[in-house]
Amino acid sequence: MSSATTPMSAPLASIAASIDPRKLAQHRRRKATNALALTLALAAMSFGLFWLIWILVETVRLGIGGLTFTIFSEMTPPPQAETGGLANAIFGSMLMVLLATGVATPIGILAGIYLAEYGVKGWLGASTRFINDILLSAPSIVIGLFVYTLIVARFKSFSGYAGVVALALIVIPVVVRTTENMLRLIPNALREAAYALGTPKWKLILSITLKAARAGVVTGVLLALARIAGETAPLLFTALNNQFWNNDLSQPMASLPVTIFKFAMSPYENWKELAWAGVFLITMGVLALNILARVLFRNKN
Amino acid sequence: METSFAPLAGEKIKIAARDLNFYYGSFHALKHIHLDIPERKVTAFIGPSGCGKSTLLRTFNRMFELYPEQRAEGLITLDGEDILKSKMDVSLIRAKIGMVFQKPTPFPMSIYDNVAFGVRLFERLPRIEMDERVEWALKKAALWNEVKDKLSQNGASLSGGQQQRLCIARGIAIKPEVLLLDEPCSALDPISTGKIEELIHELKNDYTVMIVTHNMQQAARCSDYTAYMYLGDLIEFGPTAELFMKPKKRDTEDYITGRFG
Repeated sequence: MSSATTPMSAPLASIAASIDPRKLAQHRRRKATNALALTLALAAMSFGLFWLIWILVETVRLGIGGLTFTIFSEMTPPPQAETGGLANAIFGSMLMVLLATGVATPIGILAGIYLAEYGVKGWLGASTRFINDILLSAPSIVIGLFVYTLIVARFKSFSGYAGVVALALIVIPVVVRTTENMLRLIPNALREAAYALGTPKWKLILSITLKAARAGVVTGVLLALARIAGETAPLLFTALNNQFWNNDLSQPMASLPVTIFKFAMSPYENWKELAWAGVFLITMGVLALNILARVLFRNKN
Repeated sequence: METSFAPLAGEKIKIAARDLNFYYGSFHALKHIHLDIPERKVTAFIGPSGCGKSTLLRTFNRMFELYPEQRAEGLITLDGEDILKSKMDVSLIRAKIGMVFQKPTPFPMSIYDNVAFGVRLFERLPRIEMDERVEWALKKAALWNEVKDKLSQNGASLSGGQQQRLCIARGIAIKPEVLLLDEPCSALDPISTGKIEELIHELKNDYTVMIVTHNMQQAARCSDYTAYMYLGDLIEFGPTAELFMKPKKRDTEDYITGRFG
């Protein structure tokens, strides 16, 4: 190639002139393709960002107005009441979401460990993985109806327990999938090194592979938590709602998403304002969980 | 193919392989290996890539058993006892035959715990004795001076060469009888390599060491015996000086003089 012999001090134009014109044309074509692809990618990104930012701005604009201390201290009010808050809904949501995550996380992690460390090849692993994938993409309203027939219809009562079960069923497949994926990322060399010391398998999983993957697993749990925090459909059929403070899980229980659904659909001004405040709270909560998950994951990798 | 096999005069045999065959599925990777590994000596395995050096090493601690499609046939003895068919828990065999791998693999825990991890599997030591053991192993691995002030830091925070020495410390902390080193220096810079070679010299006072290496100078520098392997056959085995100065087989000579491989 002649460009190799061009002196370093030569102006750029003469370097370009010394390059084979066919290669130069090819180079220009590639540059044009690159510019086009970059433009399309940026356009797609700004399209997505546009709606996201709009949602956030609207949420803040309409939600922050209704945000007073009484939101956290008073119960959901009757229509056209002077005051009122969301305390019972916030408490119900937190209780059910935390319980569901607490129940589902160990089940999901154990199943994920089985898939990644024991059932990598066998038929049981393959079918569990397949069923888990279906469960992962099941519409949440289907899960709500399932729990309705399983628990609510049988015990003739809506209850917080039924809500917890429905939410847990949504969390499990997410945790199974992330646990398996994160464990699979651990290089086999690490497992071999542990076996070479005479480590038994259970010990290897507990103190080495799971430990190496813990940031990813915790991230998965947090993202699942964020997902169920905003779920409405499974709670409509299970925990229903409650306008009073209730910490008895065998009774119907209020939650933020269902309250928002009910209040936002109503014609009453005070309810609508509370609905926006609820939307603001959930959005900020989910945002915080997502940011926390990202920070955790970045620190460990 | 017939392998050159002669009993080693005047050496105590630690590990012996008799008619050892190894298969990856249907691929015949080790063919009728006859070999005696002398105790408290360094034995090097050389040969071109894919010749079966690492495979052979991985049969000695039954590491291949992690993969169902791999199997070994024949006899491997440790102090006269068959370890392939042994009823003994494979963990106990691996505790006697330690292994260090090509790439450093620090566990996701502190430097101290990395070394103590293996010890805790088999021994319950009071805190003071454990501290002593960790210090002893890190000193043996020529790492103590660099890490003594940061034992609680994560093992992954060390440099590559330090990580590899940490893995060696971890391997000797459980006081195995045999140490298998699978290209332990291939990912290291010359200074770290030098340190590890010195270490290998030291280790043979207490351990039987086997090292797989692509670097013939390394084999010449730090081993007492050398085995040359090619395509799953053990071509020649003997004292390192003899094998390098006047190899008996033409193949060996071609390889070590660089005409082939």
